Amino acid sequence: MAAINRDDVAHLAQLAHIEMSDDELDRMATELAVIVDSIKSVSEAAGADVPATSHPIPLTNVMREDVVGHVLTVDEALSGAPDAASGRFKVPAILEES
Amino acid sequence: MSVDTILSFEEAMEKYDPVLGFEVHVELNTKTKMFSSAPNVFGDEPNSNVNEVCLGLPGVLPVVNKKAVESSILIGLALNCKIAEHCTFARKQYFYPDTPKNFQTSQYEDPICYDGWIDIELEDGTVFRVEIERAHMEEDAGKLTHMGGSTGRIQGADFSLVDYNRSGVPLVEIVTKPIENVGSRAPELAKAYVAAIREIVKNLGVSDAKMERGNVRCDANVSLRPYGQEKFGTRTETKNVNSLRAVENAVKFEIQRHAAVLDSGVLITQETRHWHEDTKSTTSGRPKSDADDYRYFPEPDLVPIVTTAEWVEELRATLPEPPAERRKRLQADWGYSDLEFRDVVNAGLMDEIEETVTAGATAAAARKWWMGEIARRAKLADVDPAALGVSPAVVVEIEKLIASGAINDKLARKVLDGVLEGEGTPTEVVAKRGLAVVSDDGALQTAIDEALAAQPDVADKIRGGKIQAVGAIVGGVMKVTRGQADAGRVRELILKTLGVEG
Repeated sequence: MAAINRDDVAHLAQLAHIEMSDDELDRMATELAVIVDSIKSVSEAAGADVPATSHPIPLTNVMREDVVGHVLTVDEALSGAPDAASGRFKVPAILEES
Repeated sequence: MSVDTILSFEEAMEKYDPVLGFEVHVELNTKTKMFSSAPNVFGDEPNSNVNEVCLGLPGVLPVVNKKAVESSILIGLALNCKIAEHCTFARKQYFYPDTPKNFQTSQYEDPICYDGWIDIELEDGTVFRVEIERAHMEEDAGKLTHMGGSTGRIQGADFSLVDYNRSGVPLVEIVTKPIENVGSRAPELAKAYVAAIREIVKNLGVSDAKMERGNVRCDANVSLRPYGQEKFGTRTETKNVNSLRAVENAVKFEIQRHAAVLDSGVLITQETRHWHEDTKSTTSGRPKSDADDYRYFPEPDLVPIVTTAEWVEELRATLPEPPAERRKRLQADWGYSDLEFRDVVNAGLMDEIEETVTAGATAAAARKWWMGEIARRAKLADVDPAALGVSPAVVVEIEKLIASGAINDKLARKVLDGVLEGEGTPTEVVAKRGLAVVSDDGALQTAIDEALAAQPDVADKIRGGKIQAVGAIVGGVMKVTRGQADAGRVRELILKTLGVEG
């Protein structure tokens, strides 16, 4: 696993919409490098014969029947909206003029 | 907005070899959403079909809809795919207000269906095999309406309104492998492919399959390369292609545009293009960039789906006859010519004719009524023939009334009028309107005597042996009886009255 550098952190911060100062980027680059190293030791422990695991519990097929259940009212749905209009969530214009 | 230079399609085809690829999203018609029990209903009041899961509120847990998984497997089986024994869900991260969680729950490395194929028959009978890379499960996003601005489009909008009713609706995304060696048939194949997918999911009953409602949506990938070159050219992905005609036009336009760009010595920019139905052209969307760094990772809140052979076979046993095979079988059974059959398919009357034949009419009679009188009336009323209000049972009953001699073809059309005006079954209409063929010889005889008296010179000619002159008298009788007489019987009676051997 390649080491994580300051540019990687800046890139990730941008993708995740997290504003970070130069100091924070420096500090996070160091801290994340430690975390990446720790995870590397897990990769070393698991040999090629160990399949990748996405879940720690051996559960599969947790499914529900196709039956309508709990539904919010429109007012309830909009109650947490920063802004609303015409029964819908109101959000800022998304794209700049192209 | 700059207008792109394009080459003529013929010139583009002379110079370049097109390679296509399609991503078709199919909305499933389950009662509830993919990961929540909120209703999956189109056209309701905005934000009335949502719960905490659809809104991506903190602390909620998704639960997979079993019916949606089974519908996905059915689609895979219909597309000759392998069904994964073990598959997982993944988070595809991006920020956009139609996706309140800031990620779409999808599948990434292990789709539920993979490695399939479908044979596409073009209009002239050429069969083209399209290979399916994968079909995976995911969820739809909410619906954005851009407000303000001059065009009502996203550009220049002041703000947007979001309806999350569609958020979480189950989707199956069907992805083809690159389609090569299609040449100038590319636009036609594009249309036929999407039509075939739409027909298959409709036939399976897993989607309402209405393109105008966005139940089936196509993203079309196009690239060009010089003939003889193995390496693919740079592709563009055209989105928002929401009718069969648009799929055909968008592929054709992109081929023409790519050819002009390549001809000018410039490289194609790998980007998303937007199709515009009004100008029949595409415009540049966003270039592929960091925004497409989706940072997929396994969805921790959903455990894997494991399919057993038993479960898959149980589903396979419920597969309906594939639409293409059904068409071949019905055409052979009915004995229609290719042209007759194509007209029936294009008129959307295959199901009605099948039901009519099953209910006891001959294939010829079923076609005669549906493609004739019923289609004509539907056109006048500006509705689909199937929606006019004539049932297969009505057609069968009218045919029986004709066969028994109770009515003739002319009266049958009046019977149809009566049925459409809500006067009851054909038999009831015959009784109410007094439409039965006049078979009472007494009544006919009076009419014949009158007709002969009115045209004595014709009567003399017939007596003199000019049998063909009888037509004039028959016509007179039919007129008096308003078409309700059996013309054959009238002819017999006239000749008998005049003492002439027919």
